[in-house]
Amino acid sequence: MAMLDSATEHTIANPNNLPLETDFALNPADNQTGYRSFKAGSFEFRRDEYFAHITYPKGSHMLPADVFLRALMRDVAWGFFYGTVNFDPVFGTTNYYGEVEMFVGSTNEAYRAAGRDHIERFKSDELMRIFKEMIGDWTNDGYDPFAAPMETGEPWGSKNGNNDDAVGRKRVTAKRMVSLPGDTPVRTDENGFPVNRMFSDVPQDEPVVEAEPGFEHEVGGFNLFAYLSRSDVTWNPSVCSVVRESLFCPTSEEFILPVEHGNDRVEWFVQLSDEITWQVKDKDTGRPRANVRCKAGDVSCMPADIRHQGFSSKRSMLLVWENGSPKIPDLVRKGEAPVVPVTF
Amino acid sequence: MTTYETVFGSIDNYVKGGVEVIDDDPRNYVFSNMFEVAAKSAPYERVAVAKNFEYVIEAARAEGTSPWYACAHDEFAVSLDGEVEVHLVKLNDPDGIVDPESEGAHKLDDLPDGTKMGRIVLGKGHMAMLPQGSAYRFHADSPATLMIQTIDGPVTVHKWAEICQTAA
Repeated sequence: MAMLDSATEHTIANPNNLPLETDFALNPADNQTGYRSFKAGSFEFRRDEYFAHITYPKGSHMLPADVFLRALMRDVAWGFFYGTVNFDPVFGTTNYYGEVEMFVGSTNEAYRAAGRDHIERFKSDELMRIFKEMIGDWTNDGYDPFAAPMETGEPWGSKNGNNDDAVGRKRVTAKRMVSLPGDTPVRTDENGFPVNRMFSDVPQDEPVVEAEPGFEHEVGGFNLFAYLSRSDVTWNPSVCSVVRESLFCPTSEEFILPVEHGNDRVEWFVQLSDEITWQVKDKDTGRPRANVRCKAGDVSCMPADIRHQGFSSKRSMLLVWENGSPKIPDLVRKGEAPVVPVTF
Repeated sequence: MTTYETVFGSIDNYVKGGVEVIDDDPRNYVFSNMFEVAAKSAPYERVAVAKNFEYVIEAARAEGTSPWYACAHDEFAVSLDGEVEVHLVKLNDPDGIVDPESEGAHKLDDLPDGTKMGRIVLGKGHMAMLPQGSAYRFHADSPATLMIQTIDGPVTVHKWAEICQTAA
């Protein structure tokens, strides 16, 4: 989501010394369900009316179709994100910024102890191509994997059209700040962003901006809360302001973060409205470590050795603060990136 | 039809959450609250509440008129609750006022020579840019909470043990 384009300018880490897999397949639609199946390396993917099925050399795994599609949507939209994207406690991807690992059980201590874990490695753009085909084919008409469950149709059933507009959304990345001339515009009814039903009480006023002639491009401001009240997606941060590699990535959240995000670097959350509870687990084993309850105004970091998943009963506003510096993958690779941002 | 109430906080009305530890040290989450920090700080004391390498988020209590500041890079300010004015001046010699290689905001003794750029009046939830090459100051008739996106610099105050949750 909020990754800078320069994030690939580094030596690519390969801690498991894995070769790059190059075998991919997009298979024809199944006669029964109508869905295509896919192959990446030795991983095979198929879906039926209720489930996504994954087979790999040491066994098989299945996830409910809604869980799989919501997670896949984020992995695609975020470009494999920072660190690990756990679709559930078993299956996921780990980003090495140019190359990516796909795994079953490698972040699950029981799978590892049983020798059921399995990892393969891919060029990021090649696996992304398969993932984009998969999310496009497996998402039916009327179902939006970016939307909160109460705001979209059902993911179930045999193949029934598609929703390419929803799954093909482009991430919003302001270059300097939303609303500045030539930058990302504010959201309005007119450009297709009505106020969300859970934010109907959020004031829509804008700041008073009095720019002297010639300074209109630098004297600017906008209503961030109103902007977020009009977000049409959940759990999908977008860049609103940029200080070099410091990215303010606010987002609106409802229901459950569709992945357990395993951090490879520190990440920060500022709760702007309402409440989110973060369940925090050990990144490598999945053992619970803490619950972090964030209310409006609360600030909390996620350390670099955890995985986290958020729960938001009412749609809330969250500022995700990321450091997109291209130096960080190298620091992570060398083990020099701090696990916690400050000690006291 | 269900009606929903969006809960925001303010410098004089906020409820903190917290870290419920299972097997961890709460300090690892560097947990604080912007409104509490602003409520307990001196006007325009720019307290770091989040840090990621050189970058910081500062919380500040806006009250009265601030000093003038200048910075070698853009910064951004959000009023989280009340009304805050931002006054901007384009500096005639920005590199002479602030080292262009420096980071973070610099407090100025007085307003250097420059040209008035304009004024922004922020309400709750409004964001303004504090552009590189300018000097700026804030004004608030009533206490309000500012969140500033910037880089750790000479006016950034670090008092983590004072503001963060330390007990499980």
